[in-house]
Amino acid sequence: MPSTASPVQGSAIHVEGLTKSYKKLEVLSGVDFDVARGSIFALLGSNGAGKTTVVNILSTLLHADAGTASVNGFDVGTKGADVRQSISLTGQFAAVDEILSGRENLVLVAKLRHLKNPEKIADDLLERFNLTDAALRKVSTYSGGMRRRLDIAMSLIGNPPIIFLDEPTTGLDPQGRIEVWKAVQELADHGTTVLLTTQYLNEAEELADRIAILHKGRILVNGTLTELKQLLPAAKVEYVEKQPTLEDVFFALVGTDK
Amino acid sequence: MTTTHFLADTAVLTGRSLKHITRSIDTIITTAVIPIAFMLLFVFVFGGAIKHGSGSYVSYLLPGILLITVASGISYTAYRLFQDMQSGIFERFQSMPIARSSVLWAHVLTSLIANLVSVVVVVLVAVLIGFRSSAGILAWLAIAGIVIVFTLALTWLAVIPGLTAKTVDGASGFSYPLIFLPFISSAFVPTATMPGPIRAFAEYQPVTSIVNTIRDLFTQQPVSGDIWVALAWCIGILLVGYIAAMAVYRRKIA
Repeated sequence: MPSTASPVQGSAIHVEGLTKSYKKLEVLSGVDFDVARGSIFALLGSNGAGKTTVVNILSTLLHADAGTASVNGFDVGTKGADVRQSISLTGQFAAVDEILSGRENLVLVAKLRHLKNPEKIADDLLERFNLTDAALRKVSTYSGGMRRRLDIAMSLIGNPPIIFLDEPTTGLDPQGRIEVWKAVQELADHGTTVLLTTQYLNEAEELADRIAILHKGRILVNGTLTELKQLLPAAKVEYVEKQPTLEDVFFALVGTDK
Repeated sequence: MTTTHFLADTAVLTGRSLKHITRSIDTIITTAVIPIAFMLLFVFVFGGAIKHGSGSYVSYLLPGILLITVASGISYTAYRLFQDMQSGIFERFQSMPIARSSVLWAHVLTSLIANLVSVVVVVLVAVLIGFRSSAGILAWLAIAGIVIVFTLALTWLAVIPGLTAKTVDGASGFSYPLIFLPFISSAFVPTATMPGPIRAFAEYQPVTSIVNTIRDLFTQQPVSGDIWVALAWCIGILLVGYIAAMAVYRRKIA
Protein backbone atom coordinates (compact mmCIF):
# COMPACT_ATOMS: atom_id res chain seq x y z
CA MET A 1 0.00 0.00 0.00
CA PRO A 2 1.44 3.41 -0.93
CA SER A 3 1.33 5.76 1.99
CA THR A 4 1.10 9.53 1.75
CA ALA A 5 2.22 10.10 5.33
CA SER A 6 5.96 10.38 5.86
CA PRO A 7 7.45 7.28 7.38
CA VAL A 8 8.46 9.19 10.50
CA GLN A 9 4.93 10.24 11.38
CA GLY A 10 3.61 6.84 10.50
CA SER A 11 5.92 4.88 12.75
CA ALA A 12 4.86 3.73 16.17
CA ILE A 13 8.22 4.57 17.68
CA HIS A 14 10.74 7.05 16.35
CA VAL A 15 14.12 7.48 17.98
CA GLU A 16 16.78 9.92 16.81
CA GLY A 17 20.19 10.72 18.23
CA LEU A 18 19.38 9.47 21.71
CA THR A 19 22.20 9.85 24.23
CA LYS A 20 22.33 9.09 27.94
CA SER A 21 25.15 9.01 30.46
CA TYR A 22 25.22 8.04 34.09
CA LYS A 23 27.83 10.30 35.63
CA LYS A 24 30.87 9.67 33.40
CA LEU A 25 29.63 6.39 31.95
CA GLU A 26 28.15 6.88 28.51
CA VAL A 27 25.40 4.30 28.05
CA LEU A 28 23.80 5.53 24.84
CA SER A 29 25.86 7.42 22.32
CA GLY A 30 23.44 8.36 19.56
CA VAL A 31 20.76 5.74 18.99
CA ASP A 32 18.40 5.97 16.00
CA PHE A 33 15.67 3.61 14.89
CA ASP A 34 12.05 3.45 13.78
CA VAL A 35 9.45 0.84 14.56
CA ALA A 36 6.59 0.37 12.11
CA ARG A 37 3.08 0.01 13.47
CA GLY A 38 1.96 -3.52 14.15
CA SER A 39 5.46 -4.99 13.85
CA ILE A 40 7.71 -6.78 16.28
CA PHE A 41 11.03 -5.01 16.66
CA ALA A 42 13.87 -6.65 18.56
CA LEU A 43 16.68 -4.74 20.19
CA LEU A 44 19.42 -7.28 20.49
CA GLY A 45 22.48 -6.85 22.65
CA SER A 46 24.63 -8.18 25.44
CA ASN A 47 24.21 -7.20 29.06
CA GLY A 48 25.12 -3.57 29.52
CA ALA A 49 24.57 -2.65 25.88
CA GLY A 50 21.96 -0.06 26.87
CA LYS A 51 18.75 -1.93 25.99
CA THR A 52 16.96 -1.24 29.26
CA THR A 53 18.02 2.40 29.15
CA VAL A 54 16.36 2.76 25.75
CA VAL A 55 13.17 1.13 27.02
CA ASN A 56 13.13 3.25 30.17
CA ILE A 57 13.48 6.44 28.15
CA LEU A 58 10.69 5.39 25.81
CA SER A 59 8.39 4.53 28.71
CA THR A 60 9.10 7.93 30.39
CA LEU A 61 10.93 6.46 33.39
CA LEU A 62 14.17 8.22 32.41
CA HIS A 63 15.05 11.45 30.64
CA ALA A 64 17.47 11.32 27.73
CA ASP A 65 20.42 13.71 27.77
CA ALA A 66 19.96 14.57 24.12
CA GLY A 67 18.10 13.44 21.03
CA THR A 68 14.41 12.97 20.42
CA ALA A 69 12.07 10.06 20.85
CA SER A 70 8.39 9.81 20.13
CA VAL A 71 5.99 7.02 20.90
CA ASN A 72 2.65 6.81 19.11
CA GLY A 73 3.44 10.30 17.79
CA PHE A 74 3.94 11.80 21.26
CA ASP A 75 7.28 13.21 22.37
CA VAL A 76 8.52 11.31 25.43
CA GLY A 77 10.02 14.44 26.96
CA THR A 78 7.05 16.77 26.71
CA LYS A 79 4.00 14.52 26.32
CA GLY A 80 4.73 11.98 29.04
CA ALA A 81 1.11 11.47 30.06
CA ASP A 82 0.03 10.79 26.44
CA VAL A 83 2.92 8.37 26.00
CA ARG A 84 1.93 6.48 29.15
CA GLN A 85 -1.63 6.32 27.84
CA SER A 86 -0.32 4.64 24.64
CA ILE A 87 2.05 2.07 26.12
CA SER A 88 2.54 -0.76 28.48
CA LEU A 89 5.86 -1.74 29.96
CA THR A 90 6.80 -5.25 30.96
CA GLY A 91 10.07 -4.72 32.74
CA GLN A 92 13.09 -6.93 33.03
CA PHE A 93 11.83 -8.56 36.22
CA ALA A 94 8.22 -9.71 36.36
CA ALA A 95 6.54 -6.69 37.95
CA VAL A 96 3.73 -8.51 39.68
CA ASP A 97 2.51 -8.23 43.25
CA GLU A 98 3.59 -11.42 45.00
CA ILE A 99 1.19 -11.09 47.89
CA LEU A 100 -1.91 -10.64 45.76
CA SER A 101 -3.51 -13.41 43.71
CA GLY A 102 -3.17 -13.45 39.93
CA ARG A 103 -6.73 -12.23 39.56
CA GLU A 104 -6.22 -9.41 42.06
CA ASN A 105 -3.15 -8.26 40.13
CA LEU A 106 -5.17 -8.00 36.94
CA VAL A 107 -8.09 -6.25 38.67
CA LEU A 108 -5.64 -3.78 40.19
CA VAL A 109 -4.23 -2.78 36.82
CA ALA A 110 -7.70 -2.59 35.22
CA LYS A 111 -8.83 -0.25 38.00
CA LEU A 112 -5.72 1.91 37.63
CA ARG A 113 -6.50 2.22 33.92
CA HIS A 114 -9.99 3.38 34.94
CA LEU A 115 -11.74 0.66 32.94
CA LYS A 116 -15.27 -0.60 33.45
CA ASN A 117 -15.80 -4.19 34.62
CA PRO A 118 -12.30 -4.85 35.95
CA GLU A 119 -13.37 -8.32 37.16
CA LYS A 120 -14.55 -9.36 33.71
CA ILE A 121 -11.35 -8.08 32.10
CA ALA A 122 -9.34 -10.07 34.64
CA ASP A 123 -11.28 -13.28 34.04
CA ASP A 124 -10.95 -12.99 30.25
CA LEU A 125 -7.20 -12.53 30.47
CA LEU A 126 -6.80 -15.39 32.94
CA GLU A 127 -8.58 -17.58 30.42
CA ARG A 128 -6.54 -16.33 27.48
CA PHE A 129 -3.24 -16.87 29.29
CA ASN A 130 -4.21 -20.22 30.70
CA LEU A 131 -4.13 -19.06 34.30
CA THR A 132 -7.74 -19.67 35.31
CA ASP A 133 -6.86 -22.58 37.59
CA ALA A 134 -4.27 -20.52 39.43
CA ALA A 135 -6.38 -17.34 39.47
CA LEU A 136 -7.01 -17.26 43.21
CA ARG A 137 -3.58 -18.41 44.32
CA LYS A 138 -0.98 -16.02 45.66
CA VAL A 139 1.47 -15.09 42.90
CA SER A 140 4.38 -16.11 45.17
CA THR A 141 3.35 -19.73 44.46
CA TYR A 142 3.56 -19.28 40.65
CA SER A 143 6.31 -20.71 38.45
CA GLY A 144 8.55 -18.36 36.46
CA GLY A 145 6.60 -18.95 33.26
CA MET A 146 3.23 -18.33 34.95
CA ARG A 147 4.56 -15.13 36.49
CA ARG A 148 5.75 -13.87 33.11
CA ARG A 149 2.42 -14.76 31.50
CA LEU A 150 0.59 -12.86 34.24
CA ASP A 151 3.03 -9.97 33.78
CA ILE A 152 2.31 -9.81 30.06
CA ALA A 153 -1.44 -10.21 30.67
CA MET A 154 -1.26 -7.18 32.98
CA SER A 155 0.42 -5.23 30.19
CA LEU A 156 -2.42 -5.96 27.79
CA ILE A 157 -5.13 -4.43 29.94
CA GLY A 158 -6.65 -1.44 28.21
CA ASN A 159 -5.26 -2.59 24.84
CA PRO A 160 -2.36 -0.15 24.59
CA PRO A 161 -1.25 0.09 20.94
CA ILE A 162 2.44 -0.25 21.86
CA ILE A 163 4.04 -2.72 24.25
CA PHE A 164 7.60 -2.77 25.56
CA LEU A 165 8.96 -6.12 26.65
CA ASP A 166 12.33 -5.84 28.33
CA GLU A 167 14.02 -9.25 28.22
CA PRO A 168 10.72 -11.10 28.53
CA THR A 169 12.26 -14.57 28.69
CA THR A 170 15.37 -14.00 30.79
CA GLY A 171 15.47 -16.60 33.54
CA LEU A 172 12.73 -18.78 32.05
CA ASP A 173 13.05 -22.46 31.24
CA PRO A 174 12.56 -23.52 27.57
CA GLN A 175 8.91 -24.35 28.20
CA GLY A 176 8.23 -20.95 29.75
CA ARG A 177 10.09 -19.29 26.89
CA ILE A 178 7.87 -20.92 24.29
CA GLU A 179 4.76 -19.88 26.22
CA VAL A 180 5.94 -16.28 26.19
CA TRP A 181 6.83 -16.43 22.49
CA LYS A 182 3.31 -17.60 21.71
CA ALA A 183 1.86 -14.72 23.73
CA VAL A 184 4.06 -12.16 21.94
CA GLN A 185 3.19 -13.57 18.52
CA GLU A 186 -0.51 -13.33 19.35
CA LEU A 187 -0.08 -9.70 20.34
CA ALA A 188 1.40 -8.84 16.99
CA ASP A 189 -1.37 -10.78 15.27
CA HIS A 190 -3.85 -8.51 17.04
CA GLY A 191 -2.07 -5.46 15.60
CA THR A 192 -0.10 -4.41 18.67
CA THR A 193 3.34 -2.94 18.09
CA VAL A 194 5.94 -4.78 20.15
CA LEU A 195 9.40 -3.52 21.01
CA LEU A 196 11.30 -6.28 22.69
CA THR A 197 14.81 -6.42 24.01
CA THR A 198 16.68 -9.65 24.27
CA GLN A 199 20.13 -11.10 24.63
CA TYR A 200 18.98 -14.35 23.04
CA LEU A 201 19.76 -14.48 19.35
CA ASN A 202 17.25 -17.21 18.57
CA GLU A 203 14.53 -15.21 20.29
CA ALA A 204 15.07 -12.28 17.95
CA GLU A 205 15.29 -14.70 15.03
CA GLU A 206 12.06 -16.42 16.06
CA LEU A 207 9.89 -13.39 16.76
CA ALA A 208 11.08 -10.19 15.20
CA ASP A 209 10.16 -8.56 11.90
CA ARG A 210 13.15 -6.31 12.24
CA ILE A 211 16.23 -6.62 14.40
CA ALA A 212 18.61 -3.90 15.57
CA ILE A 213 21.88 -4.84 17.21
CA LEU A 214 22.75 -2.47 20.02
CA HIS A 215 26.36 -2.56 21.12
CA LYS A 216 28.13 -0.14 23.45
CA GLY A 217 25.38 2.42 23.11
CA ARG A 218 25.15 2.40 19.31
CA ILE A 219 23.00 0.59 16.79
CA LEU A 220 25.44 -1.43 14.68
CA VAL A 221 22.93 -2.74 12.17
CA ASN A 222 19.18 -2.63 11.70
CA GLY A 223 17.25 -4.77 9.28
CA THR A 224 15.25 -7.89 8.66
CA LEU A 225 16.82 -11.22 9.39
CA THR A 226 17.48 -11.77 5.69
CA GLU A 227 19.15 -8.39 5.36
CA LEU A 228 21.36 -9.06 8.36
CA LYS A 229 22.41 -12.40 6.96
CA GLN A 230 23.46 -10.76 3.72
CA LEU A 231 25.99 -8.67 5.64
CA LEU A 232 28.31 -11.64 5.75
CA PRO A 233 29.83 -13.19 2.62
CA ALA A 234 27.42 -15.53 0.89
CA ALA A 235 27.52 -19.13 1.97
CA LYS A 236 30.08 -21.27 0.22
CA VAL A 237 28.78 -24.43 -1.34
CA GLU A 238 30.96 -27.27 -0.29
CA TYR A 239 29.40 -30.51 0.85
CA VAL A 240 26.49 -28.85 2.60
CA GLU A 241 25.23 -25.34 2.28
CA LYS A 242 25.39 -23.56 5.60
CA GLN A 243 23.83 -20.12 5.90
CA PRO A 244 25.43 -17.96 8.56
CA THR A 245 23.16 -17.90 11.53
CA LEU A 246 22.21 -14.67 13.20
CA GLU A 247 24.66 -15.68 15.90
CA ASP A 248 27.49 -15.55 13.35
CA VAL A 249 26.40 -12.09 12.27
CA PHE A 250 26.20 -10.93 15.83
CA PHE A 251 29.63 -12.09 16.87
CA ALA A 252 31.27 -10.98 13.65
CA LEU A 253 30.00 -7.47 14.36
CA VAL A 254 30.50 -7.43 18.09
CA GLY A 255 33.54 -9.63 18.52
CA THR A 256 33.67 -12.68 20.73
CA ASP A 257 36.00 -11.32 23.37
CA LYS A 258 33.58 -8.75 24.78
CA MET B 1 -4.23 14.45 35.34
CA THR B 2 -7.36 15.35 37.25
CA THR B 3 -7.99 15.36 40.99
CA THR B 4 -10.58 12.60 40.63
CA HIS B 5 -7.93 10.40 39.04
CA PHE B 6 -5.56 11.19 41.87
CA LEU B 7 -8.13 10.26 44.51
CA ALA B 8 -9.33 7.13 42.71
CA ASP B 9 -5.78 5.93 41.99
CA THR B 10 -4.68 6.61 45.56
CA ALA B 11 -7.68 4.67 46.88
CA VAL B 12 -6.98 1.67 44.61
CA LEU B 13 -3.29 1.61 45.53
CA THR B 14 -4.00 2.07 49.24
CA GLY B 15 -6.38 -0.89 49.04
CA ARG B 16 -3.52 -2.88 47.55
CA SER B 17 -1.01 -2.12 50.29
CA LEU B 18 -3.60 -2.64 53.01
CA LYS B 19 -4.02 -6.17 51.62
CA HIS B 20 -0.30 -6.61 52.19
CA ILE B 21 -0.85 -5.82 55.84
CA THR B 22 -3.97 -7.92 56.38
CA ARG B 23 -2.13 -10.84 54.76
CA SER B 24 0.88 -10.47 56.99
CA ILE B 25 -0.70 -9.47 60.28
CA ASP B 26 2.65 -10.16 61.91
CA THR B 27 3.85 -6.69 60.83
CA ILE B 28 1.16 -5.12 63.06
CA ILE B 29 2.07 -7.49 65.87
CA THR B 30 5.83 -6.93 65.66
CA THR B 31 5.18 -3.21 65.53
CA ALA B 32 3.24 -3.46 68.80
CA VAL B 33 5.42 -6.07 70.52
CA ILE B 34 8.51 -3.93 71.19
CA PRO B 35 6.62 -1.02 72.78
CA ILE B 36 4.46 -3.43 74.79
CA ALA B 37 7.59 -5.21 76.03
CA PHE B 38 9.11 -1.86 77.06
CA MET B 39 5.87 -0.95 78.78
CA LEU B 40 5.73 -4.19 80.78
CA LEU B 41 9.42 -3.95 81.65
CA PHE B 42 9.15 -0.39 82.91
CA VAL B 43 5.85 -0.81 84.72
CA PHE B 44 6.63 -4.09 86.48
CA VAL B 45 10.44 -4.03 86.80
CA PHE B 46 11.78 -0.47 86.94
CA GLY B 47 8.57 1.43 87.62
CA GLY B 48 8.50 0.87 91.38
CA ALA B 49 11.85 2.59 91.74
CA ILE B 50 11.03 5.62 89.59
CA LYS B 51 9.77 8.77 91.29
CA HIS B 52 7.51 10.28 88.67
CA GLY B 53 5.03 12.22 90.82
CA SER B 54 1.39 11.39 91.43
CA GLY B 55 -0.75 8.89 89.48
CA SER B 56 0.04 5.39 88.21
CA TYR B 57 3.33 4.84 86.38
CA VAL B 58 1.61 3.19 83.41
CA SER B 59 -0.31 6.42 82.81
CA TYR B 60 2.94 8.36 83.15
CA LEU B 61 4.84 6.36 80.55
CA LEU B 62 2.08 5.55 78.02
CA PRO B 63 2.59 8.72 75.92
CA GLY B 64 6.25 7.83 75.35
CA ILE B 65 5.32 4.23 74.57
CA LEU B 66 2.89 5.44 71.90
CA LEU B 67 5.69 7.42 70.22
CA ILE B 68 7.93 4.34 70.31
CA THR B 69 5.10 2.38 68.67
CA VAL B 70 4.93 4.81 65.77
CA ALA B 71 8.73 4.99 65.47
CA SER B 72 8.95 1.20 65.16
CA GLY B 73 5.91 1.06 62.85
CA ILE B 74 7.34 3.37 60.21
CA SER B 75 10.23 1.01 59.58
CA TYR B 76 7.63 -1.16 57.82
CA THR B 77 6.58 1.81 55.72
CA ALA B 78 10.14 2.12 54.47
CA TYR B 79 10.31 -1.66 54.05
CA ARG B 80 7.13 -1.90 51.95
CA LEU B 81 8.21 0.98 49.73
CA PHE B 82 11.66 -0.58 49.33
CA GLN B 83 10.06 -3.89 48.28
CA ASP B 84 8.00 -2.09 45.62
CA MET B 85 11.11 -0.36 44.31
CA GLN B 86 12.99 -3.66 44.12
CA SER B 87 10.25 -5.79 42.58
CA GLY B 88 9.74 -3.56 39.56
CA ILE B 89 6.05 -2.97 40.33
CA PHE B 90 6.96 0.62 41.15
CA GLU B 91 8.21 1.07 37.58
CA ARG B 92 5.10 -0.57 36.23
CA PHE B 93 2.93 1.94 38.09
CA GLN B 94 5.13 4.83 36.95
CA SER B 95 4.79 3.78 33.31
CA MET B 96 0.99 3.67 33.55
CA PRO B 97 -1.43 6.51 32.89
CA ILE B 98 -2.05 7.22 36.58
CA ALA B 99 -1.53 10.21 38.84
CA ARG B 100 2.11 9.55 39.63
CA SER B 101 2.20 10.88 43.19
CA SER B 102 -0.66 8.54 44.17
CA VAL B 103 1.94 5.74 44.41
CA LEU B 104 3.59 7.54 47.34
CA TRP B 105 0.38 8.75 48.94
CA ALA B 106 -0.94 5.18 49.01
CA HIS B 107 2.09 4.15 51.08
CA VAL B 108 1.66 7.14 53.37
CA LEU B 109 -2.03 6.43 54.03
CA THR B 110 -1.30 2.74 54.59
CA SER B 111 1.38 3.69 57.08
CA LEU B 112 -1.06 5.95 58.90
CA ILE B 113 -3.74 3.27 59.13
CA ALA B 114 -1.32 0.49 60.18
CA ASN B 115 0.29 2.67 62.86
CA LEU B 116 -3.04 3.77 64.27
CA VAL B 117 -4.10 0.13 64.59
CA SER B 118 -0.84 -0.65 66.43
CA VAL B 119 -1.35 2.36 68.70
CA VAL B 120 -4.86 1.17 69.56
CA VAL B 121 -3.50 -2.31 70.37
CA VAL B 122 -0.88 -0.79 72.68
CA VAL B 123 -3.49 1.40 74.43
CA LEU B 124 -5.69 -1.66 75.00
CA VAL B 125 -2.78 -3.54 76.59
CA ALA B 126 -2.12 -0.49 78.76
CA VAL B 127 -5.75 -0.54 79.90
CA LEU B 128 -5.34 -4.22 80.80
CA ILE B 129 -2.43 -3.44 83.12
CA GLY B 130 -4.14 -0.54 84.81
CA PHE B 131 -4.06 2.53 82.58
CA ARG B 132 -7.05 4.76 83.28
CA SER B 133 -7.75 8.22 81.94
CA SER B 134 -10.32 10.79 82.89
CA ALA B 135 -9.85 12.51 79.53
CA GLY B 136 -13.02 13.62 77.77
CA ILE B 137 -13.83 13.26 74.11
CA LEU B 138 -12.15 16.52 73.15
CA ALA B 139 -8.93 15.56 74.91
CA TRP B 140 -8.95 12.17 73.17
CA LEU B 141 -9.49 13.87 69.82
CA ALA B 142 -6.58 16.18 70.55
CA ILE B 143 -4.40 13.15 71.43
CA ALA B 144 -5.48 11.38 68.24
CA GLY B 145 -4.67 14.53 66.28
CA ILE B 146 -1.16 14.78 67.73
CA VAL B 147 -0.48 11.07 67.13
CA ILE B 148 -1.70 11.40 63.52
CA VAL B 149 0.48 14.44 62.78
CA PHE B 150 3.45 12.72 64.46
CA THR B 151 2.85 9.55 62.41
CA LEU B 152 2.61 11.52 59.16
CA ALA B 153 5.81 13.37 60.00
CA LEU B 154 7.77 10.17 60.65
CA THR B 155 6.13 8.46 57.65
CA TRP B 156 7.42 11.10 55.24
CA LEU B 157 10.85 10.69 56.79
CA ALA B 158 10.53 6.93 56.26
CA VAL B 159 9.73 7.47 52.57
CA ILE B 160 13.27 8.75 52.01
CA PRO B 161 15.14 5.53 52.98
CA GLY B 162 12.31 3.54 51.35
CA LEU B 163 13.12 5.19 48.02
CA THR B 164 16.89 5.35 48.31
CA ALA B 165 18.04 2.33 50.35
CA LYS B 166 20.22 -0.28 48.67
CA THR B 167 19.36 -3.10 51.09
CA VAL B 168 16.42 -4.14 53.25
CA ASP B 169 18.44 -3.41 56.39
CA GLY B 170 19.19 0.07 55.18
CA ALA B 171 15.51 0.67 54.49
CA SER B 172 14.25 -0.36 57.92
CA GLY B 173 17.28 0.33 60.12
CA PHE B 174 16.92 4.10 60.13
CA SER B 175 14.10 3.91 62.68
CA TYR B 176 16.28 2.54 65.52
CA PRO B 177 17.56 5.95 66.65
CA LEU B 178 13.98 7.22 66.57
CA ILE B 179 12.89 4.35 68.82
CA PHE B 180 15.54 5.30 71.37
CA LEU B 181 14.93 9.04 71.33
CA PRO B 182 12.11 8.78 73.94
CA PHE B 183 14.58 7.27 76.44
CA ILE B 184 16.42 10.60 76.59
CA SER B 185 13.27 12.60 77.24
CA SER B 186 10.59 13.03 79.86
CA ALA B 187 8.90 9.84 78.64
CA PHE B 188 10.15 7.46 81.35
CA VAL B 189 11.60 9.64 84.10
CA PRO B 190 11.30 13.34 84.94
CA THR B 191 14.09 15.26 83.20
CA ALA B 192 14.96 17.06 86.44
CA THR B 193 17.04 14.08 87.63
CA MET B 194 19.34 14.09 84.58
CA PRO B 195 22.81 15.70 84.58
CA GLY B 196 23.12 19.11 82.91
CA PRO B 197 23.90 18.56 79.21
CA ILE B 198 21.68 15.47 78.92
CA ARG B 199 18.91 17.30 80.68
CA ALA B 200 19.26 20.21 78.25
CA PHE B 201 19.05 17.82 75.29
CA ALA B 202 16.09 15.98 76.82
CA GLU B 203 14.14 19.14 77.47
CA TYR B 204 14.61 20.63 74.06
CA GLN B 205 14.18 17.60 71.84
CA PRO B 206 10.76 17.06 70.22
CA VAL B 207 9.74 13.95 72.17
CA THR B 208 9.55 15.75 75.54
CA SER B 209 7.09 18.39 74.40
CA ILE B 210 4.91 15.80 72.65
CA VAL B 211 4.98 13.45 75.65
CA ASN B 212 4.19 16.27 78.10
CA THR B 213 1.26 17.42 75.98
CA ILE B 214 -0.28 13.95 75.67
CA ARG B 215 0.31 13.34 79.38
CA ASP B 216 -1.48 16.56 80.30
CA LEU B 217 -4.38 15.63 78.04
CA PHE B 218 -4.63 12.12 79.55
CA THR B 219 -4.71 13.50 83.09
CA GLN B 220 -7.01 16.43 82.33
CA GLN B 221 -4.34 18.94 83.30
CA PRO B 222 -4.46 22.27 81.52
CA VAL B 223 -2.06 21.89 78.57
CA SER B 224 0.91 24.19 78.82
CA GLY B 225 2.78 25.95 76.05
CA ASP B 226 4.21 22.50 75.32
CA ILE B 227 1.36 21.80 72.91
CA TRP B 228 2.53 24.59 70.57
CA VAL B 229 6.12 23.43 70.79
CA ALA B 230 4.94 19.86 70.11
CA LEU B 231 2.85 20.89 67.11
CA ALA B 232 5.64 23.07 65.77
CA TRP B 233 8.05 20.14 65.94
CA CYS B 234 5.60 17.70 64.31
CA ILE B 235 4.57 20.06 61.53
CA GLY B 236 8.16 21.15 61.01
CA ILE B 237 9.37 17.56 60.65
CA LEU B 238 6.36 16.80 58.45
CA LEU B 239 7.15 19.65 56.06
CA VAL B 240 10.87 18.94 55.90
CA GLY B 241 10.21 15.20 55.46
CA TYR B 242 7.58 15.82 52.77
CA ILE B 243 9.68 18.27 50.78
CA ALA B 244 12.79 16.08 50.97
CA ALA B 245 10.85 12.90 50.12
CA MET B 246 9.18 14.57 47.13
CA ALA B 247 12.52 15.86 45.90
CA VAL B 248 14.00 12.35 46.10
CA TYR B 249 10.91 10.94 44.42
CA ARG B 250 11.07 13.38 41.53
CA ARG B 251 14.72 12.54 41.01
CA LYS B 252 13.88 8.83 41.02
CA ILE B 253 11.15 9.10 38.38
CA ALA B 254 12.70 11.79 36.21
